[in-house]
This record gives sequence, structure tokens and C-alpha cells, in this order.
Amino acid sequence: MALSARNLKVGDTYQEQIVENLTRTRLVQYAGASGDYNPVHTDEIFTTKVAGYPSVFAHGMLTMGMTGKMLTNYVGDGRLTKYGVRFTRQVWPGDTLTATAQVETIREEGGVHFVDLIVSTVNQDGAEVVSGYASARVDP
Amino acid sequence: MAISKFPIEAGHIVLFARAVGDDNPIYHDADYAKTTEPGATVAPPTFTMASAQFDPDYPLRPKNGQTWFGSGKEPTGLQRKEGSGGGGGGGGLHAEQHFEYHRHINPGDVLTATVKPGKTWEKEGRRSGKLVFSETVTEYRDQKGELVITARGVGVRTERPVDQN
Repeated sequence: MALSARNLKVGDTYQEQIVENLTRTRLVQYAGASGDYNPVHTDEIFTTKVAGYPSVFAHGMLTMGMTGKMLTNYVGDGRLTKYGVRFTRQVWPGDTLTATAQVETIREEGGVHFVDLIVSTVNQDGAEVVSGYASARVDP
Repeated sequence: MAISKFPIEAGHIVLFARAVGDDNPIYHDADYAKTTEPGATVAPPTFTMASAQFDPDYPLRPKNGQTWFGSGKEPTGLQRKEGSGGGGGGGGLHAEQHFEYHRHINPGDVLTATVKPGKTWEKEGRRSGKLVFSETVTEYRDQKGELVITARGVGVRTERPVDQN
């Protein structure tokens, strides 16, 4: 279901819990699918003894990918025109993340309607882990 | 760095969608995908990151005949090369990622990627000492040579691991 410009207003929000109790196995899945085998995401010995972190932690791109699921559920398949984030905090095994999109602008360019969204993903403590934006083509 | 052949494959999209926890059937059911607006399976929005699988020189993948810096029974003690991205120990982390979609890609597309270095800049961080940011811009083109996705990544090298307090 695509969004429609006439039904959108600035400030509208859409929210999803994108993961509950993130597991180490999910980090292994993401490493395998993406090809990013950096041991800080899957190798506890390396990460604690060599890299100096308390445990393995999520690929930033896993959090961006999970946040992208919220976006495509909201705007529809094949509708995104832009999507960008800053990684503001690391994500750890056990984290539960909630992603939100908020309508910032509804605009028309050459007869095509677009929505600009503010994107934010927070952990179970309310701390932001991803801060970003997205734009999508919407129906009139 | 360049990738001469990044084939977009349905099975790879299934694995990637599972990894990001996305059960949308457009990613795993081609018959369903035909009934959707795009009319075919599309790749999830961050899928082009998986082009790393097709980059012969990608540094964060173990390779036959080369010692890997991750642990076996114990840490190998091997130092990572500069610029190998990701990780702690005063190493690099992913700071930003941006995508522009000119067209959404489908199984059957065969992409090429060219990577250009962008800006670099420095900042003093509260939790990890001096931060050195560097940007790369990757252009993904399809089998007709048309630009389909522009990706801009920013990596940051930290002076020390990020303080968790």
C-alpha cells in the first residue's frame, strides 16, 4: 500500500519495533549475507581481548537495514528515492530497537509527489542509535 | 577499488532480507512479487552493501592462504592493515551511510561498482579521542551502464575504543 500525499500531514509518525533482544546469531546472519566478516561483530575473543570492547556489537549496516524494513513497510516497495543515516551509538546483543519515521515535508516536483521523512532508531533506554532521513515517491 | 560484476540473485536477497529481519514476501516469493507495484522482487534498500561479496580485494573477508586477524583458539596477534575499516582497538567504525535510488534493482541485474574517495576531515571526540573521518562514493551501474544507486559512506578512525560510559 503506497502512501498518498493528500492523506499525509507534516508531523505524522510511523513506528515499529525492529528487533527484540538482538542475538549474536543475527550478527552472524548479517555477516554471512552482507559479506562483512569483521570479527568485532562475531568473534567475542577478538573483540574483548584485542579490540577492547565489552562484547561483539552489531554492524551499523544491520541497524540501518532493520530500520529500512520499517521504512519500506511505511512507504511501500520500490518507493524510496533517498535513505541516509548517521550511526550515533553502538548496538549490542540484547538490545531492543524501535524505529520511527516522521513526516517533515510533502512536496511535488514535475508532477510527482514526494514525502521527506526524519528517521530515528532508539534502543531500550531511549538512546538514539541511528539518526537519518529518507525520501519516497508517494501517490497524489 | 572496483567491482566488475555484482550479480543480483534471488537467493542472496532471501538471505539478506532474513538477516535484517524482513519477512516481506516480495523478497522471498517471486509469485507474490509479481502482484506488487514493482512487479518483481526488488532488493532491500541497503542490499548493495553485499557487493562486498563480489569485491576480490575486500579486506574484511578471510581468504585462502592469508592469515586472518580474527581469533582461532586464541587471538592471532595479527595487526589489521590501515584502512581495513570497521572495528575497535583504535580502528575504524562506520559513521554514516547514504543511498540515492535512481532505480530499484531486481534479480537478474548485473551491476558494476566504481568507488571514488571523497572528503576527509577531523574532529575531537568526547568518548574516543581524535576522530578522522573519510568519505567514499560508490556508483552502481546496471548491465546497460545506467546509474542505479549512488552510495556515500563515511568511515571514522578513532584514537581509542569508544568509551561506553
